[in-house]
Amino acid sequence: MKRSLRPLAATAVIFIIAYGLAVLQFPNMLSTRVLGNFLTDNAFLGIAAVGMTFVIISGGIDLSVGAVIGFTGVLIAVLTSWLGIHPLVAFAIALGVAALFGAAMGFTIHFLQVPSFIVTLAGMFLARGGASIITQDSVPIKHEFYATLGDLMIRLPGGGKLSFIGMLMILIFLGGALLAHRTKFGSYVYALGGNSVSASLMGVPVARTTVQIYMLSSTLAALAGIVFSLYTSAGYPLAAVGVELDAISAVVIGGTLLTGGYGFVLGTFVGVMLLGLVQTYIIFDGTLSSWWTKIVIGVLLFLFIVLQRVIFAASAPGEKSPEKV
Amino acid sequence: MRRLRLDRLANPQLLALVGVLAINWLLFPSFFHVTWQDGRFFGSFIDVLNRGAPVAILAIGMTGVIATKGVDLSVGAIMAVCGAVAATMVVAGYPAPIAIIAALAVGLACGLWNGFLVAVLDIQPIVATLVLMVAGRGIAQLITEGSIVTFNDPSLIFVGTGSFLGFPMAAVIAVVLMVLVTLLVRRTAIGLFIQAIGVNRAAASLAGIHSRMLLMLVYALSGLCAAIAGIVVAADIRGADANNSGLWLELDAILAVVIGGTSLLGGRFSIPMAVVGALIIQAMNTGILVSGFPPEFNLVVKAGMIILILLLQSPYAALPFKRRPAASNKTASS
Repeated sequence: MKRSLRPLAATAVIFIIAYGLAVLQFPNMLSTRVLGNFLTDNAFLGIAAVGMTFVIISGGIDLSVGAVIGFTGVLIAVLTSWLGIHPLVAFAIALGVAALFGAAMGFTIHFLQVPSFIVTLAGMFLARGGASIITQDSVPIKHEFYATLGDLMIRLPGGGKLSFIGMLMILIFLGGALLAHRTKFGSYVYALGGNSVSASLMGVPVARTTVQIYMLSSTLAALAGIVFSLYTSAGYPLAAVGVELDAISAVVIGGTLLTGGYGFVLGTFVGVMLLGLVQTYIIFDGTLSSWWTKIVIGVLLFLFIVLQRVIFAASAPGEKSPEKV
Repeated sequence: MRRLRLDRLANPQLLALVGVLAINWLLFPSFFHVTWQDGRFFGSFIDVLNRGAPVAILAIGMTGVIATKGVDLSVGAIMAVCGAVAATMVVAGYPAPIAIIAALAVGLACGLWNGFLVAVLDIQPIVATLVLMVAGRGIAQLITEGSIVTFNDPSLIFVGTGSFLGFPMAAVIAVVLMVLVTLLVRRTAIGLFIQAIGVNRAAASLAGIHSRMLLMLVYALSGLCAAIAGIVVAADIRGADANNSGLWLELDAILAVVIGGTSLLGGRFSIPMAVVGALIIQAMNTGILVSGFPPEFNLVVKAGMIILILLLQSPYAALPFKRRPAASNKTASS
């Protein structure tokens, strides 16, 4: 058990060291204000990454996350601004639509026996295209409910603010961790990712679980879309392009294996925070250009993948491929 | 698994291409109207060949990767890097051939990097190529220093907009590349080895195939194809746009390969059919544009097409013909 926690510990240690180094250079980074913004700025990414964690633990991948975020934003903006529906009702509609969308993808993946990669690619095209057909412009959301939610925050000592969406992300992470490690559904997900054939032989309801996993991912992506629309007060069909890649990066950096069967929801939280740290550091530095973010994330991804290889090669000597002889 | 004999007679990809072109022709009667002007052909159909070339070039490399049960997500980013290299070198005063060779070398190096991660470090292809997909665009921006580097070198521009025997240069490059790579894999045993790795890498290795070297080769080829596509695209717009060059083209290339009948689960593959797949995608794009629909419909139509292919490849589509075990569902496609 201790050995299996190594990647999570490695990620956490690297985050603490990186944060420590950043604080040494810019002492201002150790403030509740920066920490509060960390949570607020990455809330939508974090929520989407929780869903992605479940998908990846089950051995799949969901490329439609960013498109679902964009679609949800547009849907909510259109429902509230054009049709005058209360945001809460619009939220419920958006979550429902996304749940159906995810269920359809899960259905296709299971019953047509096709790789999730290609199904969710179709889902990505469909959601992005659907959002673009509804509107091609950014639709502003002006509703007092949005202002109320925006003002809802806990003031931290030191001038920091823990915003509503930041708290929501933390709640989702805690809920996700409970769901993964303390429920039947969670153990089904791990079993599926380990080996779907033996999982079904052991009595795991493979079809139901697959549908539920993609429903969960799409619903959380829609929730991320809601958070994103709260964050930007607008819906734009090209919003959150490429967020699925950030989410996958966060999940991988958080110690989850892309082959499935192994991973931690809380590791993903550290992964999201590490991505946020890179961005914040580059803003603090001021001389580094924004494209360094991408390069650093790429390097981090590489380091963590190699780290995982090393740890797993050391812990499982029997699984070496035959050509190494 | 043996393919059904029926597949060899009726070719679904070519039929689909003919179908899409016919729909275009119905929507836009002068679709096949080709004129000769300034020593080259002009017309919507020629435009399909020209615009479809970058994805076709990517698809040639991607086919090999997917046949080994892998996927290369980084080709779009490699396109941006190589376009940036070619453009900045030409602007810096190097002759165009040197710039092109340098860009090709960079693409090859990127491909070898991916191959190293997949073959030597045994990392799953999606993650291994994700590294370069994320970092590559940053590197491209580093090379162009965040701006769009424009150039006026006539020989480099010729690669993207010139013509050969009246046909657009980009399409000619794609066809030549397709013929060369197809001959390489089909006239030697390489194609068979690639399929063997895709079906079962461990078994292939035990049977004496140098699977590591072949995987490196396959990813290197994909990187090289991406470099060629990147140069073509940069030459076409006479500039290197690190942000948008090749953006999401990796997904179009994967789609083209899948339309071409190559299974994402490895094994059976066809390079010419992947090129046909790229042409189908481009014919739909052009059809949507010339018939006056907003380009946003493109994505929805693409999604519909993927769903259609999935249905055709699914075990249920094969049921009316023959009862086969579930494991062979990929071979009973269409």
